[in-house]
Amino acid sequence: MDFLIPSTFAEALAIKAERPEVVPIAGGTDVMVELNFDHRRPTALLDLTRIAELTEWAPSENLLRVGAGVPYVRIIDELGDRLPGLAMASRTVGSPQIRNRGTVGGNLGAASPAGDTHPVLLACDAQVEVASVRGTRMIPAAEFYLGVKRNALEPDELIAAVHLAPAAAPQQFSKVGTRNAMVIAVCSFAVALHPEQGRVGAAVGSAAPTPRRALAAEEFLAGELSDAGLWESPKPLLDSVRRRFGELAAEAASPIDDVRGTAAYRRHALAVLARRTLGWAWQDYCGTGETRSQSCA
Amino acid sequence: MPDNSETPKQQHKRRTVLKAGGAAAIAGIAAAHSVTEASAATQAQDAALAADTEASAVPIVLTVNGQARQLRVEPRVTLLDALRERLDLTGTKKGCDRGECGACTVLVDGRRIKSCLTLAVMRQDCAITTVEGLAKGDDLHPVQAAFIRHDAFQCGGCTSGQIMSAVAVIDEGHTGSTDEIREWMSGNICRCAAYPNIVAAVQDAAKEKRP
Ligand SMILES: Cc1cc2nc3c(=O)[nH]c(=O)nc-3n(C[C@H](O)[C@H](O)[C@H](O)COP(=O)(O)OP(=O)(O)OC[C@H]3O[C@@H](n4cnc5c(N)ncnc54)[C@H](O)[C@@H]3O)c2cc1C
Ligand code: FES
Ligand code: FES
Repeated sequence: MDFLIPSTFAEALAIKAERPEVVPIAGGTDVMVELNFDHRRPTALLDLTRIAELTEWAPSENLLRVGAGVPYVRIIDELGDRLPGLAMASRTVGSPQIRNRGTVGGNLGAASPAGDTHPVLLACDAQVEVASVRGTRMIPAAEFYLGVKRNALEPDELIAAVHLAPAAAPQQFSKVGTRNAMVIAVCSFAVALHPEQGRVGAAVGSAAPTPRRALAAEEFLAGELSDAGLWESPKPLLDSVRRRFGELAAEAASPIDDVRGTAAYRRHALAVLARRTLGWAWQDYCGTGETRSQSCA
Repeated sequence: MPDNSETPKQQHKRRTVLKAGGAAAIAGIAAAHSVTEASAATQAQDAALAADTEASAVPIVLTVNGQARQLRVEPRVTLLDALRERLDLTGTKKGCDRGECGACTVLVDGRRIKSCLTLAVMRQDCAITTVEGLAKGDDLHPVQAAFIRHDAFQCGGCTSGQIMSAVAVIDEGHTGSTDEIREWMSGNICRCAAYPNIVAAVQDAAKEKRP
């Protein structure tokens, strides 16, 4: 096995064009498990950790451009105020040691349906910037996930960054797992309020072959909020609205029975997660200052 | 602000390639390609694998506990195996080899990571601290001393990892309450369930470290 160490992104892209079979390695928290257990025997690894361009974030037009190699710990510490949803999801990944190394680029590269950043990227209308020697293209998150562990990258492409708008309104992420730390999500849900567009972003994770937007839930809620003029003069949401939102969110999923949970449990849990996360986000929007625990159920 | 801590690593040669034969670093990927393929094609699979393992070892330097250590490793060798099998630093333990148990936790440039989830070749130019590097001579590190005072282990399998994580938790400032300690120590599992004593030891050591 060769170990290739480019020091610029351009060099990495040249290598990937010449040897599309090389396996990129960033934080290594997915790749190393595959190597240690011989699930994968790559002819070469492409070390992305020395590439400065990948480990930077910066404003780019009205958005924030977050390099594919920025580890979770820095998203939490440095971007928690501007990208609260992404930071919340990052905060639930693995353990502190995993968050010191793991990256959003790696989460996207692995494209596991259970990856925690995916629902947030979907709910926030993120764009994935991918590059090759042929040029750069932007892929909307909603078009990035193609199947279980399959994404829209061409063999010669690498993920350069994700682009997201700084949050203009509350965002929430929540996941269900068997314990508090180091669990793959049984199911997860993200919601982002977009008052400037009169819209809500909502997406489910770990409950279908790919992470998915919950379009019917998004449309239902946008309609309810604008019909009642709630964006302009926010009032607490009716229980019936939150409940219906939860049901529609659960309907977006096509879960399976597996070792982590049954399909029926996942549907139930998703409805609860969606109702609660919406409750928290909307309370923040109303500025009522009630605490999360009071708003549960 | 974006953090610039990665910049010292940029001193690396342009497109460094660690490749078969051990000739440190060569430029150009075509060469690497042909060498690997030629050797694999001409030998029986086992022999090829063994030869490949031998031949593809590369010389690296790891800075462990303040000492520069030279060694030859195959690129696929984890930092954990390099420490234990090559450098005889067996204080760092292997529990799961898949990032889940925390027994292999070490500090790299002051941050805790799982040494089973990183390759030795990726950790050159980094300052690595293992449990062997904590004590100053016979003077135990305050976290080590606190673990002994609080009887914070039974079989000891997880202990070096717990101690390395505890050192980092205290540095990170996540010791405000026992709940906070539990949460931030959650990447380290103890199959003997010595958790109450571990938490007490961390809390105690954190007090001691405060000026
Ligand atoms: C103990 C443990 C717990 C975990 N818990 C969670 C969890 O709670 N939630 C969760 O979502 N994940 C979890 N994971 C999985 C993993 O940590 C995440 O998916 C992480 O985001 C991977 O990032 P990385 O940088 O370590 O990726 P790597 O392992 O370096 O790479 C992952 C994949 O992406 C590819 N890749 C990486 N960077 C790029 C790039 N720039 N362009 C193209 N391809 C690229 C790699 O080739 C590989 O296929 C866990 C893993 C472990 C070991
Ligand atoms: S051996 Fe590395 S985490 Fe278990
Ligand atoms: S003391 Fe035995 S595993 Fe922790």
